[in-house]
Amino acid sequence: MNGAEAAMAFVERYLLPRSVLAGLVAVLLAFAAGAGLIALIGLDPVHAYASLFEASLGSSNGLAETAIRTVPLALCGIGIALAFRAGVFNVGAEGQLYIGGIAAAWAGTQLAGAPQALVLPAMAVAAAVAGALWSAIAGVLKQRFRADELITTIMLNYIAIYFVGYLLHGPLQDPASPLAQTVRLGAEARLPVVMPGSRLHAGILIVVVVAALAQVYLWRAVEGFRLRAVGQNARAALNAGINVRRMVWTGFLVCGALSGIAGFSEVAGVHRRMIENLSPGFGYTAIIVALLGQTNPIGVLAAAVLFAALQIGSTTMESAAGVPSALTTVIQALVVLFLIAQNALPRRKAKPAGAA
Amino acid sequence: MEQVLAAISDPVLAGFLAASVRLSVPILLVALGGMFSEKSGVLNIGLEGMMLIGCFVGFIVAYATGNLWLGVASAMIVGALAGLGLAWYAVTVGANQVVVGIAFNLLMLGVSAFFFRLAFGSGTAPPRITPFQPIDFEALGQVPIIGPLLFEHDRLTYLTVGLVIVAWLVMHRSTLGLSIKAVGEHPVAAETLGLNVIGIRYGAVMVSGALAGLGGAFLSTSATGLFLDNMTAGRGYIALAILILGRRHPFGIVAAALLFGAAEALQLRAQLLPIGVPLQFLIMLPYVLTIVVLAGFAQRSGAPAALGVPFRRQGE
Repeated sequence: MNGAEAAMAFVERYLLPRSVLAGLVAVLLAFAAGAGLIALIGLDPVHAYASLFEASLGSSNGLAETAIRTVPLALCGIGIALAFRAGVFNVGAEGQLYIGGIAAAWAGTQLAGAPQALVLPAMAVAAAVAGALWSAIAGVLKQRFRADELITTIMLNYIAIYFVGYLLHGPLQDPASPLAQTVRLGAEARLPVVMPGSRLHAGILIVVVVAALAQVYLWRAVEGFRLRAVGQNARAALNAGINVRRMVWTGFLVCGALSGIAGFSEVAGVHRRMIENLSPGFGYTAIIVALLGQTNPIGVLAAAVLFAALQIGSTTMESAAGVPSALTTVIQALVVLFLIAQNALPRRKAKPAGAA
Repeated sequence: MEQVLAAISDPVLAGFLAASVRLSVPILLVALGGMFSEKSGVLNIGLEGMMLIGCFVGFIVAYATGNLWLGVASAMIVGALAGLGLAWYAVTVGANQVVVGIAFNLLMLGVSAFFFRLAFGSGTAPPRITPFQPIDFEALGQVPIIGPLLFEHDRLTYLTVGLVIVAWLVMHRSTLGLSIKAVGEHPVAAETLGLNVIGIRYGAVMVSGALAGLGGAFLSTSATGLFLDNMTAGRGYIALAILILGRRHPFGIVAAALLFGAAEALQLRAQLLPIGVPLQFLIMLPYVLTIVVLAGFAQRSGAPAALGVPFRRQGE
């Protein structure tokens, strides 16, 4: 090994593991391609990106908004990442989030007036259980009927959104409002603000705790090892005596519960009621977040912050620089495509395969 | 007898039958495309995105040139190019085909919304084109049941019928079809026989992209005359279920697509009736049907043995 190789080995081992490096390269290439697209339509990429990041990261309020947006992306993303690790292609976070949101709002209105220490946990549990049950539908369909969860979870997303729409236009609608929404939740059913002068709510603390717990679970717990083993090679895991069905169920239920909690956090922290368009596609963006984070909880959290900043800044980019905000969707997709494309490069030694 | 005659020439029934066919055509085309890809062993989750980009390109080219056929042709070309991109990932890179498909769908969603906004701004009234009009068969169109089923449609629908027959001839009456199936069932053996596994898979995925693009163009240039963000609304995924229900056979796919078209037509009509079922439950119907189909038929789907498995040339 010569000096350069040793230096590279040191960097890879301690500073930038190959997976982190691959993610950074993919992000940079995606932004470069986005800049190319902006230049192609005759606008100024530097001005566009400057206005984007100025809005999302350049002020304390922008940072607070980015942190608020990080909450649902990270919660859904960690759930999806754990499901992917178990070999479950659960892309139903969007629907699970809606179901969790309506369950939280329902619990919050039922318990109106009770102490906050009771109401908030009850709402969170209701949301987690409802999200997990919704995800369990796809679990039963897969385990019992061998129906592919990729398609069933996408279908369940549409069904969930229409079902919630029905509830908001019917049984759970605020009688005093012409809009499709529940009644406004009382103070006891709201997540407290953690940054004075902003909207940033305690959901961000939930995210940090969940990310840490998930990281420990995945890499330090026997159960987490079993989960990964099933995702890597279900047959080998079965032969090793691991209960494969149980781990697959874990993949479905954890993803559903975390996505449900994301719905709770949006209801209790941001909107203070359940509304019809609760999510602008958080559950779908979270798929990309999970992949960019290499299905590693801490990595997913970092990816969620990046994509939250991208989304928060995109509306300012549209109004200030004239670049359609859909550019952020393009960049998100390109991040994944550039990430996978790196597998086409020749490499010196085999890298253990992730879930992707 | 008179009652029967009155029933079968009832305008509501005629409208329902014609709508069933009209609503089945786009998903039929996309599923037919998916058949080529899956038979060759490549799982094309990107059908949704290819359909959406076809929908968008078909609309914008027809809008800019005033020529609907130019829109349709462009949609197919762009769909095939998207297929080329997906094939590079799925075949050459050997990436996880589900992940690549999801990423492609998101890319197409972003690209179509980006350029649509760029071209038309975010005004309130969506731009419109005059879509394909039904061919007037005069007396034939008046025949009960047969008339609305067969003779009240536009040229794109009849093109679709032709494509189904061509697809059947290719898959079941030609050596090319045999080669595609061999590559999907046992690529190593197929290569031993001298077949170009990589080339056939690229070709099959590009054909699937072209057909998905055509299916999307049908939505904008025939069914509606407009384009909306995420207009396909999951139809590309529904097509994957149709593929399973139709057992990856062209005629089976036609039957399965007609079932879904009928379900969609039924719910659209039920929305106008005072039957007391909430609107949202009616709109859910095609999505619920997709799940029922998957649960009922996935176990006996007879998927190609090498479906979704990347192929590496021997000795590499």
